[in-house]
Amino acid sequence: MSAAPGRPQPYGAMAPDVESFAFTPENLEEAKKILARYPAGRQASAVLPLLHLAQAQHGGWLPKAALDYVAEFLGMAKIRVYEVASFYDMFNTEPVGRVQVRVCTTTPCWLCGSDAVLRAAREVLGCEPGESSPDGRFFLREFECLGACANAPVLWIDDDFYEDLTYERAKAVLESVVRGERPTPGPQSGRKGSMPAGGKTTLLEVGE
Amino acid sequence: MLHDRDRIFTNLYGERPWNLEAARRRGDWDGTKDLILKGRDWLIKEMKDSGLRGRGGAGFPTGLKWSFMPKQADGPVYLVVNADESEPGTCKDREIIRNEPHKLIEGCLLAGAAMGCTAGYIYIRGEFVREAQILQAAIDEAYEAGLIGKNACGSGYDFELYLHRGAGAYICGEETGLLESLEGKKGQPRLKPPFPAAVGLYGRPTTVNNVETIAVAPTIFRRGAAWFAGLGRPNNTGTKIFCISGHVNHPCTVEEEMGIPLRTLLEKHAGGVRGGWDNLLAVIPGGSSVPLIPKEICDTVRMDFDSLREVHSGLGTAGVIVMDRSTDIVKAIARLSKFYMHESCGQCTPCREGTGWLWRMMERLARGEAEPAEIDQLLDVTKEIEGHTICALGDAAAWPVQGLIRHFRGELERRIRERKLVTKRAA
Repeated sequence: MSAAPGRPQPYGAMAPDVESFAFTPENLEEAKKILARYPAGRQASAVLPLLHLAQAQHGGWLPKAALDYVAEFLGMAKIRVYEVASFYDMFNTEPVGRVQVRVCTTTPCWLCGSDAVLRAAREVLGCEPGESSPDGRFFLREFECLGACANAPVLWIDDDFYEDLTYERAKAVLESVVRGERPTPGPQSGRKGSMPAGGKTTLLEVGE
Repeated sequence: MLHDRDRIFTNLYGERPWNLEAARRRGDWDGTKDLILKGRDWLIKEMKDSGLRGRGGAGFPTGLKWSFMPKQADGPVYLVVNADESEPGTCKDREIIRNEPHKLIEGCLLAGAAMGCTAGYIYIRGEFVREAQILQAAIDEAYEAGLIGKNACGSGYDFELYLHRGAGAYICGEETGLLESLEGKKGQPRLKPPFPAAVGLYGRPTTVNNVETIAVAPTIFRRGAAWFAGLGRPNNTGTKIFCISGHVNHPCTVEEEMGIPLRTLLEKHAGGVRGGWDNLLAVIPGGSSVPLIPKEICDTVRMDFDSLREVHSGLGTAGVIVMDRSTDIVKAIARLSKFYMHESCGQCTPCREGTGWLWRMMERLARGEAEPAEIDQLLDVTKEIEGHTICALGDAAAWPVQGLIRHFRGELERRIRERKLVTKRAA
């Protein structure tokens, strides 16, 4: 299921490939701030943060023009930026949907029912892992361990983790995202962080 | 069992704010200047006496590691904090970063002072977007309050601290892979020696420590090495954050004393194994890289480095993955093999090719589509990988499979036998 026809699309369709790319003035400022974290002559260190910035600016994926721009910005050989972009899982070098939906399926999440979360994602987004939804708004992926295992299974949508999922909870979160909303992230079971669901067993006498 | 007064992370669940004001109320940043002024030798000796062993998995003595840094160095010296938490089953650093960021920042400053570091970089996994936002805000607070930066805490010591975001690569949790990544390259581990203490970030002396290791340091210095060393057991001292996932009634993270019996840990804090203790099949006690232990061992084993080593497993990151008797244990381990295949950086042939072999053979074994002799062949493949690669990812891929064969060979054989019967009947 994708958004109902005629309903305004809360997120645009897939960002197109482009001939040229440049940071917006705000991102240019941010890029300069990032560069200042590294010693003179070591600006290549900023390649991951700048690729994050470029990918966010371009709606979730990195066209070649953006990679070339970052290479020039940092004085790096283009090939070095290409190999970095292809090495790290978070970068997309082909057009994908703007809203990134990732289901953790590594063993701790799998033991707690990630298959059901993946099924909910397939049904709601109407695509398989590794594909974008038919309307081009969402990109679904299986992802390796997200580091929130005590709150498994986990769904990672753009910048937020949705935790303690079941098939029904995952479906509710995703349907709401498809409607253009952002449900409150974190455990969908109502518990606080990674506290035991049965209530705290420690930190009972710690005052303010 | 650990008493609340001995817990370091009193805001582990984020019940109170993470910010500086709240952190100070919890005792953070108390007398930091005086601790710095006690000097490098005192700080390192105190750390050695505390018995703290690195919390990132390998368990190397922290004070000893710190002492490897050169006494004199002209130019930059770095502390790098490994916040690339991505070992399956592990979710402790995330809680520290989002709920107790000031313990980490103060720890960076004190570790930096102990080793004469000029700057620190915290390398946080890219997936922790919200956690990175909190940590950056906390760093900004600390700068504004004069706690870090020039003349940190008024001590006369200058220490800069920066946050660096990764982009999704398990291998960057390996210390030299992390340094490569921080330098703007693919995260492919370096050959050692030279060790980072001699040639690290940008070719300069560097120490890489895990988040939890650094975050417990300020409390150790304040309360004293003897206090920390008095908790746990000899050579396995102090407190530890355990992450309990899988088939327990109440998965959670919890700070406990080192050496707590596994059964006590699960029953006291995680609501016990789903369906009761006798429904337990096996536990992976220290993150996906360590071999599983079957129920018979879980009955009595203690959770510390030496106890788990004795049963051919390891404490690792203390990510405890619990599997009850409903678990398809072969599939569970096969999924880990897939993980290591995906995360292999491709640099060393035994790992790049071998992890794919492991996964394909494990998938067939999960279905019983194999000959009995292939179990030993699989074991042989793990031996060809183990110890033959630049970094420990190869070992980490081999050990879960070895653990499965050690304890569940009968299950693998049963599947092969049953599959043969089914094919025979069909023929």
